[in-house]
Amino acid sequence: MLIRRPDDIASSEITPESVYLDRRKFVGKAGALAIGAMVAPTALQAMACSSESAAVGERRDSANGVVGQEEKVTDEKDATSYNNFYEFGTGKDEPVENAKGFRTSPWTVSVEGMVKKPTKFAIEDLLRGLTVQDRTYRHRCVEAWSMVIPWRGVPLRDLLAKMEPLPSAKFVEFTTLFDPNRMPGQKTNALPWPYVEGLRMDEAMHPLALMATGMYGKTLPPQNGAPLHLIVPWKYGFKGAKSIVKIRFTDKMPRTTWNDLASNEYGFYANVNPDVDHPRWSQAQERRIGQFRKIPTLPFNGYAKEVASLYAGMDLRKNY
Amino acid sequence: MERVVRRWIRPVLWLLVLAPVALLATQFLRDELGADPIEKLEMETGQWTLRMLAASLAVTPIMRLTRWGWLVAQRRFLGLTAFFYALGHLSVYTVLDWFFDWRSIFEDILEHLYVTVGMLAFVLMIPLALTSTKRSIRWLGGKKWNRLHQLVYVSAVAGCIHFLWAVKKDITEPLIYIGVFAVLFAFRIVWWWRGRSRVGTAVSGVTAV
Repeated sequence: MLIRRPDDIASSEITPESVYLDRRKFVGKAGALAIGAMVAPTALQAMACSSESAAVGERRDSANGVVGQEEKVTDEKDATSYNNFYEFGTGKDEPVENAKGFRTSPWTVSVEGMVKKPTKFAIEDLLRGLTVQDRTYRHRCVEAWSMVIPWRGVPLRDLLAKMEPLPSAKFVEFTTLFDPNRMPGQKTNALPWPYVEGLRMDEAMHPLALMATGMYGKTLPPQNGAPLHLIVPWKYGFKGAKSIVKIRFTDKMPRTTWNDLASNEYGFYANVNPDVDHPRWSQAQERRIGQFRKIPTLPFNGYAKEVASLYAGMDLRKNY
Repeated sequence: MERVVRRWIRPVLWLLVLAPVALLATQFLRDELGADPIEKLEMETGQWTLRMLAASLAVTPIMRLTRWGWLVAQRRFLGLTAFFYALGHLSVYTVLDWFFDWRSIFEDILEHLYVTVGMLAFVLMIPLALTSTKRSIRWLGGKKWNRLHQLVYVSAVAGCIHFLWAVKKDITEPLIYIGVFAVLFAFRIVWWWRGRSRVGTAVSGVTAV
């Protein structure tokens, strides 16, 4: 499903929340009209849409990635006060407290490895000229809870294209800021810092992959990974590195934090898969935050139609 | 001092026991348990089980240090409280978490070791709860009853492992519980060791005579 906003919105105009909430109502109604349990996300339409809008110049675009009959957007309060971000404490209610006052400006992103020219970008320069889009995606945590979150951001492929990776680059690695004075969780050894995640290039260039700069129509709050939070909706949440300061292109599969810690529990691919259990809990079902009963987990988090071809011929039990 | 404690200990214990229940119930009804209230309830009831279990295991050392033999009744009271918290924990799991999805529950118990160990900890408490009356003590006889109730040590160890394995990465809290139980166990080990050597001396004394 594709929800489009009128074309006459200027890029400078920030969507007021009331308008935004109306959009959510509309999304709900449209969802109810849809026949069938799940309306497939229309990545291709979103793509077509963004290239078209690029032609008319920068403007906000609402390409909706999700929303089926039963799927309600998670309460903003829940999505911004309950999440894993160990840099600000290991409790899911800690980031919202400990990230208060975290400064995301100025912010520099270092682009390294197999690129035409390694560069340190000021975040404004990195995002300049890219089309900001609203995408509502399912978010599935490896701990078997999930949300539906309206992200705002730029397609990852557009962002990466700007960095001019060399054809030899096969993987891209994302590194979170390491600064224990600003991220108090890093004073503990809860994880080996800094947090590193990675994607295969074809995954990173997939139109559904997003670099979020906002959510719920607003700038990303610090507890949710401001200013840059990687969103790969068909993978478990831990793949989505937060507060990214370094993007490196390489021809070798990067070492990633959770995979390094416990490779039997957290794979490099980490595609949402109800058939492959975490050794300590089942992945067949999930609790959607705000709902009482568990719901079945969908292969690739419901985005199989769009992304399954990326893994054609791979044994997903081995490459979990 | 002893008289005051003796007079007030039961009301104070009742208050301590019921306060968490009242608090959690209120928070649950007022939706103050965060984004995932069910997970929070599971966590809280589980931890209160361990706390009550630790409290019941603390009675004997305190009793021996103060020589207040009447404390022994509080031990059963706290042990039963631990059992009821465990029952609450299991109910949250069965009703709120899985909503009587028995198939998934059995799979969860069989396939996931931390759940298996947690179930074991609970099952071991059942005979102890059932024999917590004065009548059962008389019926079994003190010696047998004490023997049976040593199962609480196994249950406590299983409970700690259950918590340790349930945690994803930050094991600080489980380690705190394990530390507390280790201290409570240490008292018993030391006493058992001393008792054994004392018995040994006594026996050799007898031989000498």
